[in-house]
Amino acid sequence: MTDIQMPDQLWTQPAINDAALGVSADVEQIQRIRIPAAVRYDYVPGLATTRFLRGLANKEILGERCQTTGEVYVPPRGVSPIDGLPTVEQVKLPHTGSVSTFCVVHIAFGTNAPPTPFCTALVLLDGAAVSVYGPIQEIDYDKVRIGMRVEAVWVEDDQLDTSFENIKWWRPIDEPDVDPELLKGHM
Amino acid sequence: MRDVAIVSVAQSVHRRSARELNEVEMIQPVIRQALDQVGVQKGEIDFTCSGSSDYLAGQAFSFVMTLDAVGPTPPISESHVEMDGAWALYEAWVKIQTGHADTALIYGYGKSSPGDLPRVLSRQLDPYYYQPLWPDSIALAGLQARLMLEQGLITEQEMAEIAYRSREAAKTNPHAQLQGSQSVEELLAQPRSYDPLARHDCAPITDGGVAIVIAAGEKAAKWCSRPAWIRGIDHRIDSHNLGARDLTKAPSIGIAAAKAGVHDGPIDIAELHAPFTHQEKIIRTELGLSDEVVVNPSGGPLAANPMMGAGLIRLGEVAQRIHSGEANRGVAHATSGLLLQQNLVAVLEGE
Repeated sequence: MTDIQMPDQLWTQPAINDAALGVSADVEQIQRIRIPAAVRYDYVPGLATTRFLRGLANKEILGERCQTTGEVYVPPRGVSPIDGLPTVEQVKLPHTGSVSTFCVVHIAFGTNAPPTPFCTALVLLDGAAVSVYGPIQEIDYDKVRIGMRVEAVWVEDDQLDTSFENIKWWRPIDEPDVDPELLKGHM
Repeated sequence: MRDVAIVSVAQSVHRRSARELNEVEMIQPVIRQALDQVGVQKGEIDFTCSGSSDYLAGQAFSFVMTLDAVGPTPPISESHVEMDGAWALYEAWVKIQTGHADTALIYGYGKSSPGDLPRVLSRQLDPYYYQPLWPDSIALAGLQARLMLEQGLITEQEMAEIAYRSREAAKTNPHAQLQGSQSVEELLAQPRSYDPLARHDCAPITDGGVAIVIAAGEKAAKWCSRPAWIRGIDHRIDSHNLGARDLTKAPSIGIAAAKAGVHDGPIDIAELHAPFTHQEKIIRTELGLSDEVVVNPSGGPLAANPMMGAGLIRLGEVAQRIHSGEANRGVAHATSGLLLQQNLVAVLEGE
């Protein structure tokens, strides 16, 4: 590169004219200012996720099926990651599933977090290809295990909204654990 | 250098708000069309690269969700630029030059409707000196236009003529958001809503996207009867410090044009990424285009300006005119950032 002219003094600091500083000598020096910045968005979840959220208001968990493999995605985004084609068939999923992985939380965050320590998990709903996220309650946190069978615990019917928070938590059900090998690849 | 060509182009029917769709629902049909036009089978694309911005979606890692549209399972070789998709095409072109790929899918898209676009665009400025002042993209363009008018580098008449010519040309573009224009005289009588800019001087706010397939050598010839060969491509930047720039110029365009070999042959058409009327004059001047060159036969960004896609669309519009035989040698320009700060120039040829 020889045809690009760099301006003079690119790598040196030019001398500063501080003549004006004397005038403001008795002004309080500012070390730090805070300038809040915010941009507002009018968020729209899209067609498939809107169907999903509206289903939740009716206490239904709606996944959508891949045309090629038949796998069901939940929450649906509208397109299958396998074939890149729209998911067109809605599938009503049961409210039961298996813990595919979990984590014990020792530091509380957010406003609705349960008392620590508590357990959050990915739950593979029966018939779904990917897991959903939620806290596990009604069992000691150190008794949770991969393959454990759980069901959704919903808010009261008069509290139902178009929100995944309709499901307060997941609790164990009295069924034998599933083989963790069967949960591989379904995080 | 390996011969690489644009072999397929698809874009959305651009509109002010694709409100009902999320980003992946918006771009999926466009990607599908670009692949189907050349009959690409799954696994035949060696590299995928996209351009988009979380600031438009108001959502972190938003590009990851749109990846569903390319069927990324089992895993694919993929990358993303937080710039216009034209720079994604550049990355893909480099990948092919290095021999790591023979084919690539590139897409760029923007859903600007969820936010207040001129304010969102101000977040591209440096965070210490400019961002706290919230100068929006139209206000800054107004400063630039004012400088040009006062220095006699452009007239309001010329600006109105650019607006008129662009939106009249868009009448034949089925993807355009704005088609047709009032007469130049009527435009000149419009209020200067953003003095000295009038509404017609500004690109519309657009939701939409574009997808392009490029391929090397024999593969390009197999997929397209008349590929648009990328004979030169280069991108350069001017300072992000607006106070350090002469805003009436964008020397980085001239450098990129020289490196891309714009003047190594006659030019039939040019598609220029000028979101404001006066900026077309700057780009034209920096590229050194003669008066005979047809500029923005598609209508350009003044007819549809999907953020992060409008630059890549310029390459697509030139390529499609080469595919059809309407043009043989064309120049495409893409810009990113504010006031033509970052610029990419490509030369496409049919022969």
